[in-house]
Amino acid sequence: MGDRPQPADLEVGQEVGRREVTVDRARLVRYAGASGDFNPIHWNDRVARSVGLPDVIAHGMWTMGAAVSVVVDWAGDPGAVVDYQVRFTRPVPVPDPGSATVEVVAVVGALDAEAGTARIDLTVTLDGVRVLGKAQAVVRLG
Amino acid sequence: MPVDTSYAGREYPPNAAYDVGREKLREFASAVGATHPAHLDPEAARAFGHPDVVAPPTFAVVVAQRAEAQLFEDPAAGIDFSRVVHADERFTHHRPIHAGDRLVTVLHVDSIVERAGLAMITTRAEIASQDGEAVATVVSTLAVRPEES
Repeated sequence: MGDRPQPADLEVGQEVGRREVTVDRARLVRYAGASGDFNPIHWNDRVARSVGLPDVIAHGMWTMGAAVSVVVDWAGDPGAVVDYQVRFTRPVPVPDPGSATVEVVAVVGALDAEAGTARIDLTVTLDGVRVLGKAQAVVRLG
Repeated sequence: MPVDTSYAGREYPPNAAYDVGREKLREFASAVGATHPAHLDPEAARAFGHPDVVAPPTFAVVVAQRAEAQLFEDPAAGIDFSRVVHADERFTHHRPIHAGDRLVTVLHVDSIVERAGLAMITTRAEIASQDGEAVATVVSTLAVRPEES
């Protein structure tokens, strides 16, 4: 496939992708079904408030999964993402009615010429505040 | 009941196999907004050298959590899920997961550390194909808040 990124074209600090992803309650129900994570704090206001949350919150794993698609699309092949980690630092409350919009910015964090990989660092924010920490994907390059 | 820290270091026997299906991968991809054709179309996946549609990078959580349930659903471990917060997650892919895979997982409890009233539980799911090929390693840390005093 011709569109895989090449190491020679990359430098640390370079932005490789940017995307806004929107999440509403229906999206959370869909993710619950697809993932098998039926924790009610992700779809039931009453339960979410009873455990001290401001509102229903998105699955951290939804946010992690949605954020990496910008990396997959840049990498050109989902199989090129060989490692992906995040720290969940803040919840993403999802109002009803309405939705929450998370912004994802992907930047080259490090290059490993020997391994032929790039570490892509993701900045994932809600209203300008980070919701994921140390969000890093390692991509095998073309 | 507090979390039983003696579970640290435990390794569970291989769990029942997980059969990866095309429609499940499409459903998961759709839920996280993953639109790459290799998730959806077997022909497109083959063009990238994969035998069938491939999983999005975080799909392995679906496989791992079945193994993690052995710990979390064990009443003696003392983990109250209503007090659990997900702290961090890491996927290492030894090769991509694709439709048609039959995956077997061995769960390890790598550590249980009590810190400032929180119990931090780190599990590692080693996911392999049925013939023993390493497929993915999923490391997950949960924080369990103390009971209201």
